[in-house]
Amino acid sequence: MKTNKTGKILENEGLNSVVSSLFAIAIGLLFGYIVLLITDPSKATDGFITMIAGGFSGGGRGIGQVLYFATPLIMTGLSVGFAFKTGLFNIGASGQFIMGAVTAIYVGVHWTFLPGATHWIVALIMATLVGALWGFIPGLLKAYLNVHEVIATIMMNYIGMYLCNHIVKTTVYDASKNLSMNVAETAVLPKWGMDDIFYTHVGTFKDISTVNAGFIISVVVAIIIYIILNKTTFGYELKACGHNPNASKYAGINAKRNIVLSMTIAGALAGLGGGLVFLSGPTGRRINVVDELATEGFNGISVALLAVSNPIGIIFSALFIAYLTQGGTYLQTLDFMPEVIEIIIACIIYFSAFALIFKKLLPTISRKLRAKKEGTSMRVGSDSSVDVARPESVGDEPEQGHNDDGGVI
Amino acid sequence: MNVFYLVVQQTMFFAIPLVIVALGGMFTERGGVTNIALDGTMIMGGLSGIFFINTVQDTMSGTGLLLIACLISAVTGAVFSLLLAYSAINMKADQIIGGTALNIFAPAFAIYFARTIQENGVQQIQFRNTFRIDHVPVLGDIPLIGRMFFQNTYVTTLIGVLILVATVIIIYKTRFGLRLRSCGENPHAADSVGINVYKMRYAGVVISGILGGLGGLIFIIPTSTNFNASVAGYGFLALAVMIFGQWKPIRIAFAAVFFGFMKTIAAAYNAIPFLAALPITSDFYKMVPFIATLIVLAFSSKKSQAPAAVAQPYDKGGR
Repeated sequence: MKTNKTGKILENEGLNSVVSSLFAIAIGLLFGYIVLLITDPSKATDGFITMIAGGFSGGGRGIGQVLYFATPLIMTGLSVGFAFKTGLFNIGASGQFIMGAVTAIYVGVHWTFLPGATHWIVALIMATLVGALWGFIPGLLKAYLNVHEVIATIMMNYIGMYLCNHIVKTTVYDASKNLSMNVAETAVLPKWGMDDIFYTHVGTFKDISTVNAGFIISVVVAIIIYIILNKTTFGYELKACGHNPNASKYAGINAKRNIVLSMTIAGALAGLGGGLVFLSGPTGRRINVVDELATEGFNGISVALLAVSNPIGIIFSALFIAYLTQGGTYLQTLDFMPEVIEIIIACIIYFSAFALIFKKLLPTISRKLRAKKEGTSMRVGSDSSVDVARPESVGDEPEQGHNDDGGVI
Repeated sequence: MNVFYLVVQQTMFFAIPLVIVALGGMFTERGGVTNIALDGTMIMGGLSGIFFINTVQDTMSGTGLLLIACLISAVTGAVFSLLLAYSAINMKADQIIGGTALNIFAPAFAIYFARTIQENGVQQIQFRNTFRIDHVPVLGDIPLIGRMFFQNTYVTTLIGVLILVATVIIIYKTRFGLRLRSCGENPHAADSVGINVYKMRYAGVVISGILGGLGGLIFIIPTSTNFNASVAGYGFLALAVMIFGQWKPIRIAFAAVFFGFMKTIAAAYNAIPFLAALPITSDFYKMVPFIATLIVLAFSSKKSQAPAAVAQPYDKGGR
């Protein structure tokens, strides 16, 4: 009976997702350690510990910073994950994110006629809308003109990056620093009590973290997305299109409309992320005018993959990636380059693609083992036991097939 | 007239790497594997080739050095593409995810490598351009054409043309080409007549790696004086060129010239008097190739002739 129980646990899909993600993370970290070893063997272990402990070594303020950097990752992760659920690969979160960001900054700097709190709310709404537009275009191209969304969103990334640079340079430019300007005070997101929790005492001075309402908003959005995907007809239709476009078409679901909607919502999520992170006052981030795609978009892919596109899981995987990135910035004190974090993230994505296989394999192996055990222990009594075990595994088969279809494209 | 020659020469600088990389993409997709990591492959090829030139440029120079660097870039690209091949073919993992991972890895690795190995943590790897051929003997004297294609050129132009010719022959006239194509169209049918699908797909991916790595170096040499861990999204443009060219070598070549021209406008609009006079910022010109790509794809994707089994992992036991 006991083997039965452990076997059942091994076949639990949710747990397997966690296990396979942890497996990918472990290999990624190991690879990072090897890179550090090759770079400088004498400091590698120190570096690795710094990296792993990184997020916590900054005290209350440090933890707050992790939450601040997790905010955009939650949003881009949700963006990529939401599209995944519909069978679309939104590699364009980067462009959607930066377009949302520049819109929020523009509104934040120039629309000072908006009174009080409406200012930041309008800025966020505008960021969401422009992000949505950046997802809507590839969605339209995919649904009606058969342009592969991967290529279309990549093009939109570059168009967004150059357009963002253009808008920053012509409207909200701080030429002395090559950065975007600070937004007006009314456009800065409120703290909502986060400043009372996440700070570090430096003498009598309270060094407050940048984290603000943005983090809370992103968590709320994640929960809303979870409800939409799992508790509404609309979410069910979207997922059906992702699992089997032909069957959903047969069932009367408008697949084209759903593709456009899914990409639009994905874009809106990433755009909102851009607004949330750049409306954070003088200590917050500002747009750096360089010809480089925003990394948040690509990190969003790893966040979504690690969480197997589960919106609640995305909150945690975003926290993990942000934590790791924070640790990477401390690596520079040991003369290691922080890019090792991106190498690790790439490695995690690479292996999480394998891990999906691992995840499928695990239940099969455990079921086989169980069937074998039951077979051998009961064969003494009766020969029919093998037949008893078999229908069960046959009954499980469709679920495996269903997992298969959960693949991304 | 000088402007005309400049535009033609510039267009070649941009079109040749595009042809090479897009043909690489065609090889792998014809075999049934999507290599979205071509951009990363170009970065890895550019990194190894430029780093080699940077290291030995005090003792060597000229076209000979460039050819050796090309070889190194090609080998690097091939090795790098094995990572994709392993995940896509052996592990049957999602090819787009695997490719994305490699695309994230390559620039991060290039920056990490350059900053670790160079003094003061400098990210750019400099090189001296001793490879430009001012005037090809005899051919350079041909009126009009001589000045268009045989002056202010590089040996890489010749390499690009040779690769194009070779590709046409390999894909359409050899047993290997036929087998490769069959693995991208119907791998089970190919398997049933004794073709090793895994092997053919490996071959396709590795060829794309060779061409991707080579293309990375060939892109950097004429258009820059240093390598800054980026090929400006060129690998993705190459994929678009491949789709626009409908997976056919000659059409890909024409598509590449078109995109090369677009890119030239983006890069050299300052030297074209009529464009420089327009009140448009450089950022807008930089957008041109990408907007053009989207428009062109919108018109050419409807009747896509993509290989039927592309991006689908091959499973012997599947149906």
